[in-house]
Amino acid sequence: MGAPRTLFEKVWAEHVVVEETAETPAVLYIDLHLIHEVTTPQAFALLRSKGLPVRRPDLTLATMDHSTPTTPVSTIKDLLVAGEGAAAQIRQMETNCAEFGVELHGFDSAHRGIVHVIGPELGATQPGKTIVCGDSHTSTHGAFGALAFGIGTTEVGHVLATQCLLQRKPKTLGIDVSGRFAPGVGAKDLILSIIGQIGVDGGTGHVIEYHGEAISSMGMDERMTVCNMSIEAGARAGMIAPDEATFEYLQGRLHSPTGGDWDSAVSRWRSLASDADASFDRSVSLSAGSLEPMVTFGTNPGMVISVNEPVPDGGGDASFRKALDYMQLEPGKPLTNTAVDVVFVGSCTNSRLSDLQQAANILQGRKVADGVRMLVVPGSQQIKKAAEEIGLDKVFLEAGAEWRESGCSMCLGMNGDTVGKGQLSVSTSNRNFEGRQGIGARTVLASPMTAAASAIEARVADPRPYIEQAN
Amino acid sequence: MQAITKIQSRTAVLPTRDIDTDQIIPARFLTTTSREGLGAYLFHDLRFDADGKARPDFALNQAAAVGCEVLVGGNNFGCGSSREHAPWALLDYGIRAVISTEIADIFRNNSLKNGLVPIIVDPATHDFLLANPGVEVEIDVAKSTLTLPDGSAIDFPIDGFARYCLVEGIDQLGYLQQQMDDILKFEEQRPWTP
Repeated sequence: MGAPRTLFEKVWAEHVVVEETAETPAVLYIDLHLIHEVTTPQAFALLRSKGLPVRRPDLTLATMDHSTPTTPVSTIKDLLVAGEGAAAQIRQMETNCAEFGVELHGFDSAHRGIVHVIGPELGATQPGKTIVCGDSHTSTHGAFGALAFGIGTTEVGHVLATQCLLQRKPKTLGIDVSGRFAPGVGAKDLILSIIGQIGVDGGTGHVIEYHGEAISSMGMDERMTVCNMSIEAGARAGMIAPDEATFEYLQGRLHSPTGGDWDSAVSRWRSLASDADASFDRSVSLSAGSLEPMVTFGTNPGMVISVNEPVPDGGGDASFRKALDYMQLEPGKPLTNTAVDVVFVGSCTNSRLSDLQQAANILQGRKVADGVRMLVVPGSQQIKKAAEEIGLDKVFLEAGAEWRESGCSMCLGMNGDTVGKGQLSVSTSNRNFEGRQGIGARTVLASPMTAAASAIEARVADPRPYIEQAN
Repeated sequence: MQAITKIQSRTAVLPTRDIDTDQIIPARFLTTTSREGLGAYLFHDLRFDADGKARPDFALNQAAAVGCEVLVGGNNFGCGSSREHAPWALLDYGIRAVISTEIADIFRNNSLKNGLVPIIVDPATHDFLLANPGVEVEIDVAKSTLTLPDGSAIDFPIDGFARYCLVEGIDQLGYLQQQMDDILKFEEQRPWTP
């Protein structure tokens, strides 16, 4: 028996092609490379200039999500909703994938969607894999016990050309979450609270492993929400040990193993969990039971309070003051008096079926307030279809919300869906950075439940009264 | 990549903490398929007002900042999105090194791949640099030192391999391709296939 190891250490060790030394980083093998239209054109151009092929197109999964419109696209003209640059980028992606033999889940595919939604949905995301993508929210896939992290375009080129990356081994941070969530509180509130506690740089240089009762009692959608925002704490990745919920989610999906391969995969996946006496470089613990719905008040995800709590004063810190000025908020007052212009339910953080269901449960039989624009954007075409099969589209449309095709949409202002200058948006996305949702847009990050309640009340609202009514 | 050994320049200072890559280059400029010419969009919404006029109070718009190749940022510079357009924009604008007390992981990686030197300094040095915009500093990449105006040379941490690649102007893809025998062997011998 070797020394006890964490989940991360096991997955890392299984993928080391060449060990790291003091002089050189490790060569790490990549099992799944997810690619999208925004961070790959320059990498394909590099391959072309060097005369290199995509070495393992079979381990490369391509889609279009960031600069794609969420209005229906049937002709080239429809692409122009997002602007000429975006349309050209989408067409370049089609050209690149065709030229290099990579299967693209494009506009004609029923599998198109946000890259971090379709990887798991297609069963391509699996426990124990190394997964990278030119996108920081690749941490999402860690919910399955994969080691998944975001890379830049130069590294996208490295993986396309060699299926490997040069990496230094990161440190580990264990986060234990005990207890159970109160009604109206969930995964988004937990991860916002964690970021608030450890800070937006609290995970720098580390891979986080989330564990404890609150984590293992979550479904896969919720686990993905938690791992997704690991990067907002600066972490390289976030991981959760695979368990029965993971296996149940994956069984029968398009790329999942079948027959005897399934059984041997599950038995291998069971061995990935951190050994009982394994230790982390750092550890943090918190309790889910005392959590309340969380909302951000500033311009990074660590500036977060519970929904009824007054905005803090920051003790005269200049960066803090600058953030409050941008948000047009005053210390000492809760956000619940703040008028809302836009509500966005979507993004790789919160666009899965259970997210949409949670928002719909609150909106059922109610109306989005006059003057509020609410946009609901499913994470994939498959989720859109599944939601329509159970009538969620009707709930949203009857409430006065817009129901769109899948894509990154209003999470980042580059596809035609934007929040106007000075408007306040309650958003289920992951970043409240200045200008993220549009020039001068003011973003309050929240859960799908809080977003739905805020749409009804036209102000930042606590969702719990709606949950209690339902009960 | 061009070899980088020494950088001698005055500093420009952006003291705000947690400057994210959306501020460095907003997403709407990411619809390009090229890596050229992104300097025009660097810090776009901080540099320019709604009419496209330069904001006089923004650090890089001040006369003293013209030609500065070293940018000093608040703690946790480059957090957020993995967009490599951020270091591309900084380099295209003329910035060759970024100094902070902490630099986000993906941004730091991307910077090193492109010859933008990420430099972590202690809080006291950082405070001095934040309080004194425009001082002349010298960066010796091979020695990993930052020399301040008083002549004191401060060591900064940098991965040895990344430093070697910077100083020699080595493309890391070439190094990875040299590992192909090991990569092929790994693929043949692994107990399961993805």
